[in-house]
Amino acid sequence: MTIIVNDLGFLPDDWSDCFLGWDKVKEDIGTVVPGTALDVPNNLDGDELIPIFGNIALIRIPFPTHVDGRGFTLARRLRLLGYKGRIRAHGHVLADQYVMARRCGFDEVEIDDELARRQPEIQWKPYIDWRRHDYQERLRRSK
Amino acid sequence: MYSYSEFDNGFVRNRVKQFRHQVERRIDGSLTEEEFKPLRLMNGLYLQLHAYMLRVAIPYGTLNSRQMRQLAWIADRWDKGYGHFTTRQNIQFNWPKLRDVPDILDALADVEMHAVQTSGNCVRNVTADHFAGAAADEIQDPRPTAELLRQWSTDHPEFAYLPRKFKIAITGSPIDRAVTRAHDIGLRMMRSKSGENGYEVIVGGGLGRTPMIGKVIREFLPEQDLLPYVEAILQVYNALGRRDNKYKARIKITVHEQGIDTIRSMVEERFQVQRKQFAGADQVLLREIRAAFAEPEYINAPIHPFNAALNSDSSFRAFTESNLHQHKNSDYSIVTISLKAHGKTPGDATSNQMRVIADLAETYGHDELRVSHEQNVILPHVHRKDVPAVHAALRDAGLATANVGLASDIIACPGMDYCTLATARSIPIAQEIATRLDELKLEHEIGAMKIKISGCINACGHHHVGHIGILGLDRSGVENYQITLGGDGTETARIGDRAGPGLAAEELVPAIERLVRTYLEIRSDKTETFLETYRRIGMEPFRVALYPGGGRSQRNRRVHAA
Repeated sequence: MTIIVNDLGFLPDDWSDCFLGWDKVKEDIGTVVPGTALDVPNNLDGDELIPIFGNIALIRIPFPTHVDGRGFTLARRLRLLGYKGRIRAHGHVLADQYVMARRCGFDEVEIDDELARRQPEIQWKPYIDWRRHDYQERLRRSK
Repeated sequence: MYSYSEFDNGFVRNRVKQFRHQVERRIDGSLTEEEFKPLRLMNGLYLQLHAYMLRVAIPYGTLNSRQMRQLAWIADRWDKGYGHFTTRQNIQFNWPKLRDVPDILDALADVEMHAVQTSGNCVRNVTADHFAGAAADEIQDPRPTAELLRQWSTDHPEFAYLPRKFKIAITGSPIDRAVTRAHDIGLRMMRSKSGENGYEVIVGGGLGRTPMIGKVIREFLPEQDLLPYVEAILQVYNALGRRDNKYKARIKITVHEQGIDTIRSMVEERFQVQRKQFAGADQVLLREIRAAFAEPEYINAPIHPFNAALNSDSSFRAFTESNLHQHKNSDYSIVTISLKAHGKTPGDATSNQMRVIADLAETYGHDELRVSHEQNVILPHVHRKDVPAVHAALRDAGLATANVGLASDIIACPGMDYCTLATARSIPIAQEIATRLDELKLEHEIGAMKIKISGCINACGHHHVGHIGILGLDRSGVENYQITLGGDGTETARIGDRAGPGLAAEELVPAIERLVRTYLEIRSDKTETFLETYRRIGMEPFRVALYPGGGRSQRNRRVHAA
């Protein structure tokens, strides 16, 4: 079982369909039909997905360890390129990284039961208000 | 000087609260040690040889008397009554207890200071020319840009988990005192022919085990494009930087492996996307920050007490020759306070000394202080009439050592006395060299010389850019010191050349002595510096001086004997 964390707290996963692996579909992106959920590697450039953005409902980016921050840059990149669907961080993401994940454009984090037990919902709660104390937002406002 | 906005204050207070919880969650097991590590590092907390070490940021090296007094108070309250100024404009406390650290961070927040991002694989404390805002040779004060970068990099959500640490330095003067060419990003402020402000952007410099001089990625970047451009560099690095090998993870390796032209075109492409993100608020903020760094209200007064002291006091004269630099206001001087008393630990200051320095800043220095990467403290604005009084007060506190820029003004990393990485002692070597140079009374004769000592290959003592660089290694349990010559950290930056085999600790001081005596013999005249002589003649005479026996190392001799 896995737990989904979003601004509402801990939730069960509401995505019941399968995830297609990017390695399998990249040879023929025509297989990405509307409503597809895609697993992508964290070293993807992002541009590859532009032609199929409209057909993707959910992109899942892995965090193999909590110190591998490539996923943050990839999520931000996908948003800048115009992707509007869901983005999910998957794997070893700490409560302390929730703020960063949200600010980079992730909608939610998927963690396993062991991590959810060790870092229960109450430890994520202080980070749910991810819009406060944000230098980036101040610097990116219009004048 | 910049003072915290309500936003800055709210941020650091919240950050301390978060860290307090993180410490509690580490103690109750919610966070594993491995998970806690990057969190404590990005709050400045290292685990060293004997204890935790807290590294506090002094952004762009600027602080006021109140902040310096608070550092003194922290040293007394939670440490052993002293602090250590580092090569990256930080101060380190070597003996804090983990449970006290959140309280220390709160005490720092009380005076608008923090330890955010002084360690860890994130964008580190942004450093600047230590004479910023005062130097006669400056084009523009670099500190407003450094403060903008501090705010931009603080808690940047994309760049808190980079492949490796990331250091940015900036200079506003063509005379580079900030070692910009040995940073991940170096910025040199420029003014275009049409009078537009901007930066030369250098990328991929660094010391460590693979020293590299940075390469110019953009010759002229207009001022308003800075944040999106730096962001583009970091995006390329975060995506491409190697994560398989810690020793190949810095951007200098990425640039080396991919080539500067490839990196440049990737950065330029990302930059076009990034710049749309910035709609002008950053430039409004920069203007506000600039206003906060207005020049002090200079005093108009005759300077004759300065000249009187010059004529009557030879120790004052020596002090003025080495420790004063030219201020943009000709009635003023920049006064450097040496933390390199002969035989003492380079960069250490006791709490009493910190208080003396704070008092001097308040009384004679428009309440401003700077710390330098050369591990000294600076009073950037002292009216020349007051320099004799400053000197007298420094003398009483044991702080009037007249050796700034001279051979005993040595940079040394903490070495085996504090650091878990060190393979050799560094501080005691610096102490021995300085003591010997003082006995010889040759320092002023030798003139400008930079000796830099690292106690391991990670090169925290910047030995690669020392005129004389010393690298301490471990050779089968015996300390062994390699010497490099001709290194330079300024605008004419260069990595030093290795002179030959390493020397044993006890061979080192006599070898350095022979080296400087050789320089005195072969220099063309008194105005030719050691570095100039080395560049003119090359290694050979110095190699002969270092290895009178012909250059076989002690190690080789031992191998042959065995």
